[in-house]
Amino acid sequence: MARDWYDLFITDFPGGAAAEVPQTGREQERRGFFKRLRENMKKTREALAAEVQATLFEGDLDEQTWERLEEALIYADVGAKTTAEVVERLEQEAQEGQLVGGEQLTKRLSELLAELARTGDEHIDIRPDPTVILVVGVNGTGKTTSIGKLAWHLRQTLGQTVVIGAADTFRAAAVEQLERWGERAGCDVVKGPEGSDPGAVAFDAIARGRERAADVVIIDTAGRLHTQRELMAELEKVKRVISKQMPDAPHETLMTVDATTGQNGLRQAQLFGQAVNVTGIVLTKLDGTAKGGIALAIANELNIPVKLIGIGEKLEDLRPFDPDAFAEALLTA
Amino acid sequence: MFDSLADKLQGTLAGVRQRGSLSEDDIARAMREIRLALLEADVNFKVVKQFTSAVKERCLGVEVHKQLNPGQQVVKIVNDELTALMGGHSAGLTFSPRPPTVILMAGLQGSGKTTATAKLARYLREENGSSVAVAACDVYRPAAVEQLIKVGLQAGATVYEQGTDKDPVDIARWAWDQAKRDGKDVLIVDTAGRLHVDQALMDELANVRKAVKPHVVLLVVDAMTGQDAVNVAEQFAEVARFDGVILSKLDGDARGGAALSVKAVTGKPIMFASTGEKLPDFERFHPDRMAQRILGMGDVMSFIERAERTIEEDDAKELERKMRKNEFTLEDFLTQLKRVRKMGPLTSLLGMMPGLAGHQLSKMNVDEKELDRVEAMILSMTPQERARPELIKGSRRLRIARGSGTSVQQVNQLVKQFGEMRKLMRGLAQGKMPDLGALMRQQR
Repeated sequence: MARDWYDLFITDFPGGAAAEVPQTGREQERRGFFKRLRENMKKTREALAAEVQATLFEGDLDEQTWERLEEALIYADVGAKTTAEVVERLEQEAQEGQLVGGEQLTKRLSELLAELARTGDEHIDIRPDPTVILVVGVNGTGKTTSIGKLAWHLRQTLGQTVVIGAADTFRAAAVEQLERWGERAGCDVVKGPEGSDPGAVAFDAIARGRERAADVVIIDTAGRLHTQRELMAELEKVKRVISKQMPDAPHETLMTVDATTGQNGLRQAQLFGQAVNVTGIVLTKLDGTAKGGIALAIANELNIPVKLIGIGEKLEDLRPFDPDAFAEALLTA
Repeated sequence: MFDSLADKLQGTLAGVRQRGSLSEDDIARAMREIRLALLEADVNFKVVKQFTSAVKERCLGVEVHKQLNPGQQVVKIVNDELTALMGGHSAGLTFSPRPPTVILMAGLQGSGKTTATAKLARYLREENGSSVAVAACDVYRPAAVEQLIKVGLQAGATVYEQGTDKDPVDIARWAWDQAKRDGKDVLIVDTAGRLHVDQALMDELANVRKAVKPHVVLLVVDAMTGQDAVNVAEQFAEVARFDGVILSKLDGDARGGAALSVKAVTGKPIMFASTGEKLPDFERFHPDRMAQRILGMGDVMSFIERAERTIEEDDAKELERKMRKNEFTLEDFLTQLKRVRKMGPLTSLLGMMPGLAGHQLSKMNVDEKELDRVEAMILSMTPQERARPELIKGSRRLRIARGSGTSVQQVNQLVKQFGEMRKLMRGLAQGKMPDLGALMRQQR
């Protein structure tokens, strides 16, 4: 069953936020989501499923099968290491007689990929008041857009009050972009002058959140390459400032990863992880032909789970990540 | 990973030297390593397949060279082939005899189009003395127009914008008229990022193309792109018929295999590389250097070029003389330190050195503040002290420490390290290679 917003967020309400919403509504939303995901990932599926089916459904699992499977995974940006692990494991299972024929292999492959994706804590706990969510990532991966949509869902779907801290004080017009999103979502946006200290903006945002008794404070940060030491140090400082204001904050640190990213995504997650302890990935731009397989490599090698995915331009196209749906949509026609 | 490709190949090919030539088996093993290396660099797997079979052909029957070990030799062949595949020499823009030359920018969301537009505008203004205008046709992303206004003006370009209520095709056509009226040499049309599978937006791009008849269409590709680069390039080639590529975010540590994939499937050259946050961080693309980067061999040429830009030749000769004669003073050191720092942060320079990519030394945390302190200490010394550091004793130390806001210990350390460095330099100038390992241990 697909995860939805009520599954992703742990809230204060007894029985979770879900108790407040009629089940039928959720069901419909889920079906709608499945449909969207299927449509948006059609290209993705066609490419990978074509590879898998043309080869694996033809019966015997031979040397060629493994080679094609390897290519299919590499093509999805899963990376050489994780690919080798997956292929080796399936090959071994086939040798031991647990896997016979292409159909079984496809099913097991999808299971295994979902298993890989399922790592660490897959929820976002928004019980602390306010819950501080820090969002980081490389330039152009979709931080600001994801924050806008996340704020909208927290506000409109879960009825939370949200304050956004516009701590991207570097990129020209980043604050304006966030303000537009704030208007749409109905959230307060705290900003400083362009070029001002991002830590100060984060500090003010949390102060405002407390003042207004907001449920969630989301802090946007400037996009930066993980190799820029000074900028990474600046990010660490933003985190320290947040912790000073509120000792157990940030409660969640999300990193945006563009689904078109190749193997460098691993380095990104590793270095951002070292700097600010990333607790979840937002996998963006999954609506193209890119497979986003790098997220599997990140989950497998660094144990950082994907929590949200972006599958389109619209507000409802930011969705909670569901490992089974992801693997399934990736593999089945 | 890659920096060790040559090492790995050397291990794989051990024993070849005695036999004198590479056997088919040796080559097959070497190709496996190369395949893995290229896949890790995000070169598309189909391109890798074609590439390795081409390299294999060339490796067969190759005589083992006397100066190079078999590993190095295979790497050389791979490097040559990669360079050739990427276009051999760097391609430049062609300008229209009847200005304005219209350049259309296209790419996925977040690939860095708007930044690249401003950087290209600045580049053309600085390098060619062109008068440049940019047109803001991204009416979709919130505040994209504001961003282009800001960076466009920083780049010294005229910005043509009509807000976000008009059709991008109309804005482009209007901007073209404006550029003609204003007598601009170049008009760069920035467009919204779009997915290559988004039919409506791709149609719009085709229409902008028809409306302004660009002389050059450039695709902006993120250097970190994975296997999908091939699909993106093919689709944009069909719709936008781009003439060249700007590779963005090359200042990170991505190997940039996407560059190879794009060139291989479309045949279009990579023209420019965007290498940093600031507007001047933009240069002509060099296929040979990219080949070395993909193979993890460091970017020596870029390093030398940057050095050349900051150090005058005469100065270099004088410096060499001083080093050889052991006349190098703290004053010279200060001058050099300032020059090197002008080239950019030390860490980014270290990353360019061959063999250091991924090496511990390239990850060494050079504390720029420490360098500030060194500068402050030297600036607090008298000319005599700078020329003859051995004078610095007792009360002089205290005075320098006070003057520079440091401690006597730090002054001591500087003087001692300077002595070591002088010795090292003398050795270098006399043609001895320093032992980098020993140098590093010393640093700790």
